[in-house]
Amino acid sequence: MSKMTMTQKIIAAHCGQETVTPGEIVLANVDMVLANDITAPVAINEFRKLSNPTVFDKEKIALVLDHFTPNKDIKAAEQSRFVREFAKEHDILHFYDVGQAGVEHALLPEKGMVTAGDLVVGADSHTCTYGALGAFSTGMGSTDAAVAMASGKVWLRVPEAISVVLTGQLPEYVSGKDVILHLIGILGVDGALYSSLEFSGDGVRALTMDDRLCVCNMAVEAGGKNAVFPVDDATRQYLTEHGAAQPVVYAADPDAVYQRVINIDLGALKPTVAFPHLPENTKTFDDIPQGMKIDQVVIGSCTNGRLSDFVAAAEIMKGRKVHDGVRCLIIPATQKIYRDAMHMGLFDIFLDAGCAVSTPTCGPCLGGHMGILAEGERCVATTNRNFVGRMGSPKSEVYLANPEVAAASAVLGVIASPDML
Amino acid sequence: MKLTGKALVYGDHVDTDVIIPARYLNTADAKELAAHCMEDIDKDFAKKLKPGDFVAAGVNFGCGSSREHAPLALKTAGVSCVIAKSFARIFYRNAINIGLPIIVSGMDIKDGDQLEADLDHGTLTNVTRGTKESFPPFSPFLQTIIASGGLVAAREGGHL
Repeated sequence: MSKMTMTQKIIAAHCGQETVTPGEIVLANVDMVLANDITAPVAINEFRKLSNPTVFDKEKIALVLDHFTPNKDIKAAEQSRFVREFAKEHDILHFYDVGQAGVEHALLPEKGMVTAGDLVVGADSHTCTYGALGAFSTGMGSTDAAVAMASGKVWLRVPEAISVVLTGQLPEYVSGKDVILHLIGILGVDGALYSSLEFSGDGVRALTMDDRLCVCNMAVEAGGKNAVFPVDDATRQYLTEHGAAQPVVYAADPDAVYQRVINIDLGALKPTVAFPHLPENTKTFDDIPQGMKIDQVVIGSCTNGRLSDFVAAAEIMKGRKVHDGVRCLIIPATQKIYRDAMHMGLFDIFLDAGCAVSTPTCGPCLGGHMGILAEGERCVATTNRNFVGRMGSPKSEVYLANPEVAAASAVLGVIASPDML
Repeated sequence: MKLTGKALVYGDHVDTDVIIPARYLNTADAKELAAHCMEDIDKDFAKKLKPGDFVAAGVNFGCGSSREHAPLALKTAGVSCVIAKSFARIFYRNAINIGLPIIVSGMDIKDGDQLEADLDHGTLTNVTRGTKESFPPFSPFLQTIIASGGLVAAREGGHL
């Protein structure tokens, strides 16, 4: 009888072994390899060093131009072209250019490209997002992606696990972002180093699929290798609606071994903000000073750029105005989210409030373009990192929050909770 | 392989955004990346670094973005080896995959200390302070990648 976690079972199934042991290094078969306009050029250069530079499966590679697109400058345009030509040369099925693309970790689940039980690797740290669908997915580098594109294999260290048991229901103005920020606050930015975060408990049912995608997305900010949610009716419904392949369901053994167990009562969570310059610097409004003036708000990214995020932000913004001196950027993560938000009338609400609405891009989240901060500026963002210089000047500040907090902050011009409106 | 050089010392959680800021990621050219390496955490890094020098840091070195441009920039700038109390996992694998030596060690190292690392015998010496430590070997598969000269070479050698 094995004593494996859900993650360990998925890895075992992908390396042809009955069991795997934490710390063991295995060669696993991949179901999807992902890279973007920043990481793919490096991967393609490495790929071309191979004596047989052919792809293992043209339907199991995803190339998404999302970071510096629409091309921010000439060099970015050259990089996009380099990836575009590679995709054409190798007849890559899942190549997404401007007009079809979106922020990769919102796009792949939406297009049904990942299903439960899959093993997905990506040259982007937030590839851990797909654990929400019951898949094993993790970020790695460009050389890993290059070799995986050629061989269909990746080397993996089998991770230990941390169990996160969720109970209760989320209160108003609290969502997946607050769950993961709260957890990172407990663990610290390296508290889950090399480990998987395995979610379970009655509280899972209370989380929407968008909440779960957001939670798994930021597992890497605690140092985690991956995060994973059990497959339930909501997962199955999501996978069916998005045309994903038939799920293969793995569940942890009852006697699976965990390094640590963390219990979270969802009902006790409050809107949470991570202060500069680490995602672990979390505070609730009990401890956030009043009157912290801001210059910019960003609502978008692979963390919180999904339709439910804009619905939540629009409910706060409706009939209100963005505060004088504040720029509020609305960045739907995919073309579909953009269209749905537009048809729901959310853009009218945002435009009436004085927001700028952008085409999908990772843009400002990584300090690429479309909302760079000047020295001394402060931004409330629904993104995932608040490192030094992450959104622009090394002397700017990023505060990570959920969409309701971001919208309320835009209206009040200070870091604010929705109940302060 | 024996490495010698002085140490440039940094703190905990040195993230890949400060190792190479995203504003420079519109190129994959290693020399261009190396020119901006570490500038957001230490604007004099390029001036201070002599080829062969070590970067020594605290816990969770290389956290954040998966950008392989980070170890590539350090390697191309002339860093012979990164020593840290712990590494973020993507940086760790990227360094091995591209052939940038890394050592996990909690040795007391101060900025400017002269270091020697013997990668074959797994020893790290702080010449300035007269201390010596051994560090555990990499697992056999990782040794294969390192001995091959990186992941692409390991693939060429039929190891995966």
